[in-house]
Amino acid sequence: MEFGPHLLLATLEGAVGAAVLALTALGLSLVFGVMRVVNVAHGEFYMLGAVVAWFVASTLGSAPATGFVAALLIAPVCAAVVAMAADRLVLKRLHYDPEATIVATIGILYIMQQTALMGFGPEARPVAPPFNTRIALPWVEWGENGLALFYPWGLSTTSYKLFVIAAAAAILIGFALFLSRSRFGLIMRATQLDRETALAFGIPVERVYSLVFGLGAALAAFAAVLIVPIQQAHYLMGADPLLLSFIVVIIGGLGSLRGTVVAALLIGMSDGIISVFFSPTLAKILATLLVALVLVFRPQGLYGKKRA
Amino acid sequence: MLKLAGVGAGYGPVQVLYDFDLEARAGEVLCLLGRNGAGKTTTLKAIMGLLPLSGGTVTLNGADITALPAHEVPKRGIGYVPQGRRLFSELTVSENIEIGLMARGNGRATRARVLEMFPRLSERLDQRAETLSGGEQQMLATARALCLEPSVLLLDEPTEGLQPSMIQLIRETVEAMRAQGVAIVLVEQRIEAVLTLSDRVAFIENGHSREVVDTSDLTAASPLLKKYVGV
Ligand SMILES: Nc1ncnc2c1ncn2[C@@H]1O[C@H](COP(=O)(O)OP(=O)(O)OP(=O)(O)O)[C@@H](O)[C@H]1O
Ligand SMILES: [Mg+2]
Repeated sequence: MEFGPHLLLATLEGAVGAAVLALTALGLSLVFGVMRVVNVAHGEFYMLGAVVAWFVASTLGSAPATGFVAALLIAPVCAAVVAMAADRLVLKRLHYDPEATIVATIGILYIMQQTALMGFGPEARPVAPPFNTRIALPWVEWGENGLALFYPWGLSTTSYKLFVIAAAAAILIGFALFLSRSRFGLIMRATQLDRETALAFGIPVERVYSLVFGLGAALAAFAAVLIVPIQQAHYLMGADPLLLSFIVVIIGGLGSLRGTVVAALLIGMSDGIISVFFSPTLAKILATLLVALVLVFRPQGLYGKKRA
Repeated sequence: MLKLAGVGAGYGPVQVLYDFDLEARAGEVLCLLGRNGAGKTTTLKAIMGLLPLSGGTVTLNGADITALPAHEVPKRGIGYVPQGRRLFSELTVSENIEIGLMARGNGRATRARVLEMFPRLSERLDQRAETLSGGEQQMLATARALCLEPSVLLLDEPTEGLQPSMIQLIRETVEAMRAQGVAIVLVEQRIEAVLTLSDRVAFIENGHSREVVDTSDLTAASPLLKKYVGV
């Protein structure tokens, strides 16, 4: 394949990764921003979403579309319920202490991982995509009669991948509107800015925390349901999204949602493109290097605020 | 109206208030006066339920609110203007007001009435709070508390760092609230303002409640002032 079409293909692959990463990292960023909790177990809520999706899809069996739509609704709710239980049983009792909660969420990570190993097993299991039409993509070329469209061999994507990008974009836009327009969005932003003053104005901060922790987990689970028809469910699948989410959140600026989305696009796209042209390892090396540069030259991240 | 009896409070292992008493009556301005670090802000936080009490009771209109979770306290009608304003800096003026209204489910009528008291704010509704001038920020902090339609108003150094015209506006607001029968606890360092605005003065020293006197019995040369604030 020539360079141009190859780049288009790599960009599309990168966009799928970026879309899913943006949702996952948004969850991590939201939890850190509002609660000041670094949720090391975030990747496990992603894994939980994929595993629940597999259970739902295989229970409902026959029609992939029904199973998938059901999973899209059920998996985030399951993850949210587990997260809110963890909040009540663990984080709340630690009074959301920033250091203690890191250790505690490491514990939650292992509990969830081992539970998944026992209940789900060590195999990777596929979920059928609801639809998966191959779509050939056109490319332009200077021919004898000027610009002409043609379909290079191998330049194609699937309808499902395009759906993943669209669904993630819809959720991101919806979430931005929810945050800026809704009453609960206002409450979350106020709590993030000044927890004590929020309390003094009647905001039940601990209930907000619980919901935010659930919402963060639900975003990760939703992202996982989207990816599981492409990547399969596995009990160890939470590690990569956790690492990438941390990279994204650091580059974007801790607690800045806009920064998170921009950095997710940057990291996700470049990860996809570099992986296609060179190797996935080089992509990870460059991302890590970028984190190091950001930490040295702009520790607050691209969109973060300097903290006193 | 609002009563603290034998209150002990502090930050973690650090105790700041000891066996602290205070009573604010409806329709009066009670000034809480003491040196820097005496525990004035701590007292107001203890009333708001923002600090764990190690003893004593807080009652509002005879109802014990000591054990109430912090977010329930404002719902009982206690409005708080914190020291340093503590606005939600990245929210707009309008959103800060909205938070104040939410606390007790107040609506448009309250909002309109409060904004009428601070016309400068109505011109800046979509501006982020952090971009307001110091005086405007204080107006917003006060407006946000008034959005609760409070029966008790706690003001912590509301005129700190303001120019005279702003101080005058805050003062008029306090007088208007007093006229409506609100019980006001005011922390204020400027003796001249204390003497001309308050009805009673409660002294605080190293976290202990001391004399409570009618302001009319105080003069600028009073030995109490010398003893507790050193002027
Ligand atoms: N968060 C905190 N943690 C530990 N100690 C604190 C904290 N906040 C205040 N203190 C201590 O409590 C004491 C009383 O502080 P407080 O802020 O109530 O004083 P204040 O009378 O309001 O003073 P100022 O006039 O300077 O505002 C001080 O000794 C202070 O160092
Ligand atoms: Mg103070």
